[in-house]
Amino acid sequence: MNHSPRSVHRWLCALALTLGAGLTAQAQTAAQLHNRATAAMCANCHGTDGRTVDGSAIPSLVGMPKDYMVRQMAAFKDGSRPATVMHQITKGLTDAQIDTISTYYASLKR
Amino acid sequence: MKRRSFVQGSLALTSLGTVGLFGCATPLPSSARVVVVGGGYGGATAAKYVRLLSNYQIDVVLIEPNSAFVSCPISNLVIGGSKTMADITTPYDQLESKHGVKVVRDYVTAVDPAKKTVTVAGGGSIRYDKLVLSPGIDLMFNTIEGLQAASASGQILQAWKAGPETQALRKQLEEMPDGGVYAITIPEAPYRCPPGPYERASQVAHYFKQHKPKSKVLILDANQDVTSKGPLFKKFWAENYKGILEYIPQHKVVAVDAKARTLKFDVQNDVKADVLNVLPAMRAGSIAVQTGLANVNNRWCGIHYQTFESTQAKDVHVIGDSIMLAPLMPKSGHMANSHGKVTAAAVVAQLSGLPVNPAPFLSNTCYSFVNDKLVVHVASVHQYDDKDKTYKTVPGSGGVSTAPNELEGIYAWNWAQNIWADTLM
Repeated sequence: MNHSPRSVHRWLCALALTLGAGLTAQAQTAAQLHNRATAAMCANCHGTDGRTVDGSAIPSLVGMPKDYMVRQMAAFKDGSRPATVMHQITKGLTDAQIDTISTYYASLKR
Repeated sequence: MKRRSFVQGSLALTSLGTVGLFGCATPLPSSARVVVVGGGYGGATAAKYVRLLSNYQIDVVLIEPNSAFVSCPISNLVIGGSKTMADITTPYDQLESKHGVKVVRDYVTAVDPAKKTVTVAGGGSIRYDKLVLSPGIDLMFNTIEGLQAASASGQILQAWKAGPETQALRKQLEEMPDGGVYAITIPEAPYRCPPGPYERASQVAHYFKQHKPKSKVLILDANQDVTSKGPLFKKFWAENYKGILEYIPQHKVVAVDAKARTLKFDVQNDVKADVLNVLPAMRAGSIAVQTGLANVNNRWCGIHYQTFESTQAKDVHVIGDSIMLAPLMPKSGHMANSHGKVTAAAVVAQLSGLPVNPAPFLSNTCYSFVNDKLVVHVASVHQYDDKDKTYKTVPGSGGVSTAPNELEGIYAWNWAQNIWADTLM
């Protein structure tokens, strides 16, 4: 068997891709999957991964600092921050869900 | 000889027709781990989010007959004249180019849950590990005498699936002389988009007020009262469309006469109008009914709410307007998008050997335009209750606008742009 350098290179690339894919698939835990899906419930209005379309008056959530977001959600909930709809939505969410959502969007780079 | 050439000729025409209708950029693969049927708010979202939530590890085929997504939300503004068809149309190409969803343009003719295959009109079938069915609603024309023929001829439109009929209804209104009457009839709940008919009536009244002030809007409702945002709609109508819009509850249409432009009711006298917009009762999309999944009153599909898996067929998940609703859940685009995500997460978990989220939740936000700028909303949050195996709204959460306002008009349009992007881009 005589492999040209190019075919060896190709084989190594394929191996690296396979390993990489395997690692990515394994890297996801149940918690990561559930948390991302939970945060996706905001995306209907706030865009996939919190990125809204250009010029949207509905704010982006991507990269929003966690403490700030938790405080805003609490303020919507107790009425201290006026809103059109968020005071009604936040009252339906548990503290754990608000923590999950805020952690997720804070973890994304703008 | 003549007969044979005729047969061959018609075969050639048929296959040409097939190419024209169903010619698809992506041919149907022989199998996929996830097959999604229907590219509306539910199906397109499920397809995209299986890709996203699996870190692009699970292959997805989306089968949809239309070349582009046309949104039902906002389509009433096309009928009212303040938006265009282009405004509510989004192509499917980014699902393919950005997210690797294989979009097959075809129409599903059969599902075999035992063999786990889906057959398409263009020929061929595909095997799935998981099937997500999001076929929307079917209009039950046969519940109103004369409606099937009147609809097929284009005389009496529904425009309850946004597309060519949306534009055709707009054209009927434009062609109607000033002094004419537009009548919309509403079936008993549940039906797709509870506030939709009232928003549409508001849009037509707004158009008449600006351009045909001697004309009238009649709402003939089979229900006891306005089924969604009632006090808000009624107050706005009284203050802004007095003498133009009339609301008449408890009127159930049983027959139509397209030629005489007449509606017949179970009890009351006939009503004549120039433009008739008759919405019949609705049920789950025909492919779900045909597959035997519509096991609730032969109309809606029973599901396990945690995963949206059919109670009739394993590994078949039904989402969107076709499902039997949990209490207080509306049939809306926003809800269908939420179903798509909960289902995508469940499917990814099951295919990856991970536990399914024990506590998913759904949200709904629904905006209605009462004219071209002012909007009212209804919002709700639905938490899964593992003990009762259903979704429940949280006491004290959700609600409606205090009054129609322009700020929510801006949010409503941004909502549409963002949810279209979240569903399709």
